[in-house]
Amino acid sequence: MKSFFLKQRYLIDFTLSSLLRRSGKNIGLLLVYTLIVFMLASVMLFTHALRNEAGHVLAESPEIILQRMIAGRHDLIPGGYLEKIGQVRGVMEKHGRLWGYFFDPAIKANYTLMVPRDRSLGEGEIVVGAGIARTRGVGIGDILSFRSADSRTFSFRVMDILQSDSELVSSDLILLSEAQFRDFFGIPEGFYTDLVLRVRNPKELRTIAEKLTLKLPDTRPILRDEIMRTYDSIFSWRQGIVFILMAGAILAFVIFAWDKASGLSAEERKEIGILKAIGWETADVIRMKFWEGFIISISAFLLGYLLAYLHVFYASAGLFESVLKGWAVLYPEFQPIPYIDGLQVATLFFFTVFPYTVATIIPIWRAAITDPDTVMR
Amino acid sequence: MLFSPSIMALVLVSATVSLLILMAAAFALQVTLRWDIHSGSERQLQLERRTYLISTIVAYSFTAELVALLLFIYNAEQMSSQFVGAMCATGVLNINEFGWPTLYLKMAVFFAGAVWLMLNYADNRAYDYPLIKIKYGLLLLIAPLVVAELLVQVSYFSALDPDIITSCCGSLFTPEGEGVAAEVSGVEPATALYALAGSGVSILITGGWFLVRGRGAVAFAALNSIGFFVALIAIVSMIALYVYEHPHHHCPFCILKGGHEFIGYYLYIPLFLSTAFGLGAGVIAPFAKYPSLQQIIKADSRRYVTAALMLMLCFYLVAGFAVGTSSLTMMEVWW
Repeated sequence: MKSFFLKQRYLIDFTLSSLLRRSGKNIGLLLVYTLIVFMLASVMLFTHALRNEAGHVLAESPEIILQRMIAGRHDLIPGGYLEKIGQVRGVMEKHGRLWGYFFDPAIKANYTLMVPRDRSLGEGEIVVGAGIARTRGVGIGDILSFRSADSRTFSFRVMDILQSDSELVSSDLILLSEAQFRDFFGIPEGFYTDLVLRVRNPKELRTIAEKLTLKLPDTRPILRDEIMRTYDSIFSWRQGIVFILMAGAILAFVIFAWDKASGLSAEERKEIGILKAIGWETADVIRMKFWEGFIISISAFLLGYLLAYLHVFYASAGLFESVLKGWAVLYPEFQPIPYIDGLQVATLFFFTVFPYTVATIIPIWRAAITDPDTVMR
Repeated sequence: MLFSPSIMALVLVSATVSLLILMAAAFALQVTLRWDIHSGSERQLQLERRTYLISTIVAYSFTAELVALLLFIYNAEQMSSQFVGAMCATGVLNINEFGWPTLYLKMAVFFAGAVWLMLNYADNRAYDYPLIKIKYGLLLLIAPLVVAELLVQVSYFSALDPDIITSCCGSLFTPEGEGVAAEVSGVEPATALYALAGSGVSILITGGWFLVRGRGAVAFAALNSIGFFVALIAIVSMIALYVYEHPHHHCPFCILKGGHEFIGYYLYIPLFLSTAFGLGAGVIAPFAKYPSLQQIIKADSRRYVTAALMLMLCFYLVAGFAVGTSSLTMMEVWW
């Protein structure tokens, strides 16, 4: 056993020095390899961070959202529906929500207006998200004016700016009082945008949703789990699309690796010839070449992954942001939470190291079977 | 079809490995027909040179398959959040009829590959390659398995439909149900424990006997394989329950979750490796009759049996640890 390890150690030692002797050629390969790993790893780390963020955001959201549908479109729901639902076993709490969108022509962006339940705001007072404050250049105490649905001008004083851990949702948010909201959008008293229900036991969700559709046939219940599942699928789907787009790059890399491995210089051939002449076997040469590939792969992989990590978690993934997140004027700035997942690393390994290894097997073998006398002559 | 990167990676690996193994199989056919170690012809020389390529290809392929097996299970575990009703890998494997066959085929390829590599390793060091026709014949048998795995896996992934409501482990691994999973869950914990202890002792005895006397490798391999199934049954029927600290949850996949400190991996990895080494020792042992292989096989099988015993011990220690540190007490109920 010990001799086995010693042998590998000497082989690695030899390989390293031979790699360093031809540093120019190998650095080129290393650069391309690192770039491939970097691109794929960035996409993976970033989508994972987005997925995590979505999960965090939704963790606090209500279990069931009930929307009224008219002619297949989402419509205002009468507050009377809360009484119609009555007592459903398993529902801890139910209430109506008021929220809507508002297009601000000044910066050509959509805001989300909402009536908070945990905060009471007076006449003409609003709280804005950090994205709005940034884009409109307002601070606490400043005035924002909007034109309402019936063309009246409303002036609001900014009381506070939302400093949420998750800017992804609060960036374009404006909070205001219920009376102001109804007045601004012209929503009659007793109507809500939708109803929310809180349910403690997740196993009862489906049954409760079923009861709701029976009691209120013109509504549709939306479960939080469903939203989460959709986000999960959508993000992994987007990631998959980016990967497919990158398949061309991976293929080019494989061809490049094949070419590099098969285009042995006369000097390298001579080296292998001498090694074989002094007693190395074909299997030893293959082993040496294996270590060569291993060293290059592991360096490129670690380097690429490290760069991707810095890119995603410290530079907010500047290169891929708009593709993976979608885009808008009021873009939230957020710092993804650093996280490394074993599944990702294994997947990345199969997208980079595995194709490289397969592409080099045959060239390596070709090099290893060369006869010493033909190359040394 | 779900375009998740892990699924694409798994399909990529299976497709590449199938291609490589088919290449190797074509060569294996040539070898079984035309190999003649005593000939000095150009063709024989070419064949001899090519064996190096094939050994390398097969070794790389099976290593990739091993990692892919782990990735497959881990991926199934992760995807459980995307399917209604699935709570762990069981639900995801249950989505269509190809899920479980894919897993079984992957396991079969893993064991077949491990045995082939051990056979190849022994044969390559003998000067006259006495097993060359046997091992390449074996490769011809393994190739269809690898291709089948690719096809079944592609069918499985392409038929993954997020709208399907699948059943979770709780409904599959329950003694009241039907099918193998239910039968296994229905095994009395006491029976499973005695069987596990019995198989452990018998493996230890045959292994020790082999190390002292150098005989009985085939018996060791057979007992080790039986021990593998006994261990799987024991996990479902008893060990898992102690991990979950719940007397009715029999799932063999939930133990892989982070919530249980990934203890499943510490159980399954030694168990699978031990069985692979045990099988390898049993398969190569009969070939000690070739004079050029006698010493090599003697040394190899000793090493494999030792490795198998050590890994089996790891499995038993982890299982014992899981049961011992569990807060579940079933003293009056089961024992």
